[in-house]
Amino acid sequence: MNIQEMILTLQKHWSDQNCILMQAYDVEKGAGTMSPMTLLRSLGPEPWNVAYVEPSRRPADGRYGQNPNRLYQHHQFQVIMKPSPDNIQELYLESLRKLGVNPDEHDIRFVEDNWENPTLGAAGLGWEVWLDGMEITQFTYFQQIGGLEANPVAVEITYGIERLASYIQDKENVFDLEWTNGVTVGDIFYQPEFEHSTYTFKESDTNMLFELFSTYEKEAKRTMEKGLVFPAYDYVLKCSHTFNLLDAKGVISVTERTGYIGKVRNLAREIAKLYVLEREKLGFPMLKGENKTNDNN
Amino acid sequence: MTTTNVLFEVGLEEMPARFMSDTEKQLHEKTIAWLASIRLKYDQLHTFITPRRFAVQIIGLETKQDDEEEEVKGPAVKIAKDEANNWTKAAIGFTKGQGKSVEDIYTKEVNGTEYIFVKKFTAGQSVDTLLPDFKSVILDLHFPKNMRWSNQTLRYIRPIKWLVALRDEQIIPFEITNVKTSNYTFGHRFLGGKTVITKPEQYEQLLNEQHVIVDSNKRQQKIVNEIKELEQQHNWVIPIDESLLEEVTHLVEYPTVFYGEFEKRFLDIPKEVLITSMKEHQRYFPVMNHTSELQPFFVAVRNGTNQHIEKVAKGNEKVLRARLQDAQFFYEEDQQLSIERNVQQLSKMVFQEQLGTIADKVNRVNKIAKIIARKLSLQDDVTQKVTRASEICKFDLVTNMVNEFTELQGVMGHKYALIFGEDKEVAQAIEEHYLPKSAKSELPKSLVGSVVSVADKLDTIIGCFTVGLIPSGSQDPYALRRQALGIVQIVKERNWDINISELIKEVQQLYIDFTTSDEMANIHEQLHTFFKQRAAYIMKEENIEQDVVEAVLAGKLEKFAFMIEKAHLLSEKRNDLSFKTKQEAFVRVLNLASKVSEEVDVDPQKFKNNEEKALFEKYQAIHTDYLKALTNKKASVAIELLSQLVTPINAFFDHTMVMDKDESIKMNRLALLSYISKDIKQFADLTEINWKQTHS
Repeated sequence: MNIQEMILTLQKHWSDQNCILMQAYDVEKGAGTMSPMTLLRSLGPEPWNVAYVEPSRRPADGRYGQNPNRLYQHHQFQVIMKPSPDNIQELYLESLRKLGVNPDEHDIRFVEDNWENPTLGAAGLGWEVWLDGMEITQFTYFQQIGGLEANPVAVEITYGIERLASYIQDKENVFDLEWTNGVTVGDIFYQPEFEHSTYTFKESDTNMLFELFSTYEKEAKRTMEKGLVFPAYDYVLKCSHTFNLLDAKGVISVTERTGYIGKVRNLAREIAKLYVLEREKLGFPMLKGENKTNDNN
Repeated sequence: MTTTNVLFEVGLEEMPARFMSDTEKQLHEKTIAWLASIRLKYDQLHTFITPRRFAVQIIGLETKQDDEEEEVKGPAVKIAKDEANNWTKAAIGFTKGQGKSVEDIYTKEVNGTEYIFVKKFTAGQSVDTLLPDFKSVILDLHFPKNMRWSNQTLRYIRPIKWLVALRDEQIIPFEITNVKTSNYTFGHRFLGGKTVITKPEQYEQLLNEQHVIVDSNKRQQKIVNEIKELEQQHNWVIPIDESLLEEVTHLVEYPTVFYGEFEKRFLDIPKEVLITSMKEHQRYFPVMNHTSELQPFFVAVRNGTNQHIEKVAKGNEKVLRARLQDAQFFYEEDQQLSIERNVQQLSKMVFQEQLGTIADKVNRVNKIAKIIARKLSLQDDVTQKVTRASEICKFDLVTNMVNEFTELQGVMGHKYALIFGEDKEVAQAIEEHYLPKSAKSELPKSLVGSVVSVADKLDTIIGCFTVGLIPSGSQDPYALRRQALGIVQIVKERNWDINISELIKEVQQLYIDFTTSDEMANIHEQLHTFFKQRAAYIMKEENIEQDVVEAVLAGKLEKFAFMIEKAHLLSEKRNDLSFKTKQEAFVRVLNLASKVSEEVDVDPQKFKNNEEKALFEKYQAIHTDYLKALTNKKASVAIELLSQLVTPINAFFDHTMVMDKDESIKMNRLALLSYISKDIKQFADLTEINWKQTHS
């Protein structure tokens, strides 16, 4: 099964579970969790079921396209269900079967792994799912987001697309994976991997990035004061990516580092609070549709 | 008495393996306590646990509590009856309150007064009424990490999926988080299914058919047996790490052992890296030959049968190969770097926000190591090695390998230092300076390693105290207690003649920028107390009595070995009848001298009687030798010298009124006693000791 078919299969599967199919969010981010579709929507009492592919940028992992396992940008398939359904593990295992991974022929385990992202004031409990010893999925019950207690609890399932594909396609090198008939990951991503690595480690304009960080930070605060949650959050994401670029280049001293992470965290926390407040002002509109959703189950 | 069999099972999403042993233990203990509280006897109690369930099986449980009859005392007869010999309101009220009537009253004398009584009968309750309360045991289990899920408010180890509660064939009704009890359970996630349990005693057997071995001991035994079989078949030696065995036992419901292999070329990577990769990251057992050489194989445990086991082995091989490729890449990359470059990079790693980077730390550790070398009067060549080792002791922290395998810090430093041509002892010290890793674990073997270890730990402790990070209660994020204990252990084992108190004072000068000199004296006192507590711990480990420990630690810290020698000596004297008079004389001096607050010099002109003079002369005669004995750490010699004062002390007290009316005579006598007291206290504060010599 090529990556394209994998994505289509996962989309169909979770769409059948009443998940809203979203597209990737158009601001750079390090993980699918940081998309507002997860981070903000997991907050508050409103039900929320969503699935989407998220390209995730991790500048420090860039290896000029030379490392068989590491990428500047990889893909995650992200599922959020709030409140977490009782049969979520079964739904997940069913998705593996549809991807052609028959659990009877493999060793599949749920191994404790608690997830924490201090930058986002987020923490959750759950597992990494092992397929014959390889971690293919992160499975998390959110307990706290943006410093706020999650209630009801959302469950997050994050498939590492390339990881899973390397297993399904039995390839050792990520660039040899087939994206679609006759087209490999290397065909599509080798050049951007090389160029982004070059940019990140050698060519990025450090002064400009520092300026951008403070510009984005100011704008995030300003928009937040106007009660504009989503625009403010976009600027937080931009701060975060800019910080990642600076950090990967090694130009942030240790003492400054804590300070920068703290800045992003405080912004994320403020926005989380603001989001719940603004939804409340709107009367938590998606709560009204709750009965409808239940009927469909 | 009829009996019944009972089964409770809680089905869960996979529990963390590390909490399972304790959970089973709690389940066992809390069930026993619960059965005692509901007053039901039973024949057997079994507990079971797998990642997806825990269960309790009670065999031969009584079906009814014993009836209870208790005597209830009411008011005195003179209150219970009026003059006409009728029951009063008080008596009627009492019987009603007990659900009885006045006909049930009988009287009895208690302490000379006649009281009314009734007998209250409580019928034993039936097991059916009592069993639903097992819910309280389920909810009373304590887990180190709890979670919430869905819309539930309960915090529990993992979401509850099903509940089995059976009394023979009958379902015991209760519910938790909307899950109702039933008589069906679920087998292995992939190899089993929904199964009805008709009788509690069939539990283990029925689940076994569904590919779940509910008894964790049996799962563990199956793993061990299969590992042994592999050892025999292939002529391997597979060391079984107990904690790894426990973990894999708790990661599976139906274990099957298999092996896989990896390319021989990976054996060029240091074996510590291979072992960490296999054990810590993949939960595999490494394989050795009979001469303890690592073999290119691994042994793992699968959750299931041996169906398609080749596929599982192949998948695991692929994962390990990717990890080892990474490791090999790191190993080669790291060798392209130089120690000097790495040491420079340490300025980019934070040690602690206020105390700066690792480079700053290394700089201080280097200075401290040199101070220690000087205090120990180490030879030049050793001092050179100490200097070099302390300069580069953290260089491996910026290597790719330690970045990936943090647990290999020091180990990789040792390996790489040898590759880069460092002196053997210097390289070894890099690894050893992290020792001891816990209260009972091994100490550095080499002298150089010991010095750097003490220097590194001192830096962390003094640094943290200086910026206010002082451990309190369970809060000790930098493990300062363990590190201080490590220092005391090393200094003691090496028999170093180092006064920790003086060493701390000297080292504190390195942190002058972080505090004020006033504050520094204060911090010194805190550090002093902190190290005394560790020294006390060590002495107690040597079975020295608490009071003796306090006596020896009452003064300043000095050479540990000497303090311990003094403690052992006092420990002996504490029960020694022949020391009784001596001890009494010393304690009397100490007690009286404690009344003197200021320092006064003895003026021999003011002595009034011969005993005073004699005591002072004796004191002068022994004083210098006594101090010399202490300096030379000769505890028994010191005690012998002090003992020469006993006769003159007793003579002094027999003939002298210390509290003389003349203030100047009194002060002079107290001054004499203070002189002696000061000397005794240099040995130990004998007033702290609970002397145990039998009274004659």
